Amino acid sequence: MRVLIRRPRREVELPGRRRVREILKELQINPETVIVVRGETLLTSDDVVGEEERIEVIPAISGGAR
Amino acid sequence: MKCSTCQAKAAVEIRRHNAAFCGPCFLTHLERQVQRTIESEKMLLAGERVLVAVSGGKDSLCLWEILRRLGYETTGLHLDLGIGGYSPEGRKKTEAYAEAHDLPLQVTEVKEETGFAIPELAERTRRPPCSGCGLSKRYLMNRAALEGGFPVLATGHNLDDVAAILFGNVLHWQVEQLSRMTPVRPATHPRLVKTVKPLIRVTEREAVAYCLLRGADYHEDECPNAVGATSLFYKDIINQVEAVSPGSKQAFYQEFVKKIQPHLAARETVTLRECDVCGQATTGEVCAYCRMMERARQVTVRRGRVTRTVLEVPPA
Repeated sequence: MRVLIRRPRREVELPGRRRVREILKELQINPETVIVVRGETLLTSDDVVGEEERIEVIPAISGGAR
Repeated sequence: MKCSTCQAKAAVEIRRHNAAFCGPCFLTHLERQVQRTIESEKMLLAGERVLVAVSGGKDSLCLWEILRRLGYETTGLHLDLGIGGYSPEGRKKTEAYAEAHDLPLQVTEVKEETGFAIPELAERTRRPPCSGCGLSKRYLMNRAALEGGFPVLATGHNLDDVAAILFGNVLHWQVEQLSRMTPVRPATHPRLVKTVKPLIRVTEREAVAYCLLRGADYHEDECPNAVGATSLFYKDIINQVEAVSPGSKQAFYQEFVKKIQPHLAARETVTLRECDVCGQATTGEVCAYCRMMERARQVTVRRGRVTRTVLEVPPA
């Protein structure tokens, strides 16, 4: 599967079918700080992503002067 | 994972509530939560005109969209900070949203108002960019609300923001700042407008999910000045705790507001007066914003270096 991480923008390739929570753990991304989407569908941590699929990890945290 | 409300496939999991929601139920849940926050904190009164600070990012567009759907009479206020490669996109998203929903929008260009865009202000005052930016925003937003006759200003501060600010203030025991950390800042002076934070029970993650599900096209890029900001570091720490112990973030802020802040506020004895220069509310003779702008005007930028100009003082 291909995982597009938007910030910093990079694409990672991972083997096999995996659950979203396992993908985030492997990539060392805190699930509290992102939303994961497949196309326009929002995924939860137990959703399974197939080997040929592509998902995006959208960052949620922003900082600076608020 | 199933929706806690309708048992359809879930789209958003909210671990601190031990719940998950499908798209439509999540939208309803979030809008109701914001409505409850507004009512319980007495943020907005029926029929009150609300000025909404809108940067074009996820939080402010989420706030504007929810207030619009809840039927509040809103006007957007966008401050164009003049940060190259960043500000134009935020302005574009804000203007597109206002136009799409036929909502009134005021745009203030910081450079036009003050003579300096935020990067130049930071260079001239030698303050961290976020410091000068935050002070300018608070000042200009209050002034815009006063001039427009708005009784209340709403900002998109979310749970992650207020928890990070609280964390920073606790780390340094900033008692004065802690005493003012409330979801509603009342108008304690005729030159101050009431400010409210309707998203204090919404996490940044939920704001993103809301925008995605509503199709609100927000500015996704991070401000270049925020890279490495302490607030991001604090948010990271708090979210590490949240991942292990869901609900900690909300409890940290809410329990502070409920149990600690009232004791601190009771000790606060601040007397406000009008700034000698601009007339806005301040504790001293000249407000922090006017002092900063005066400092910025007193320097000359030569070949990328900032040189402080010694002003000629007439003999006494």
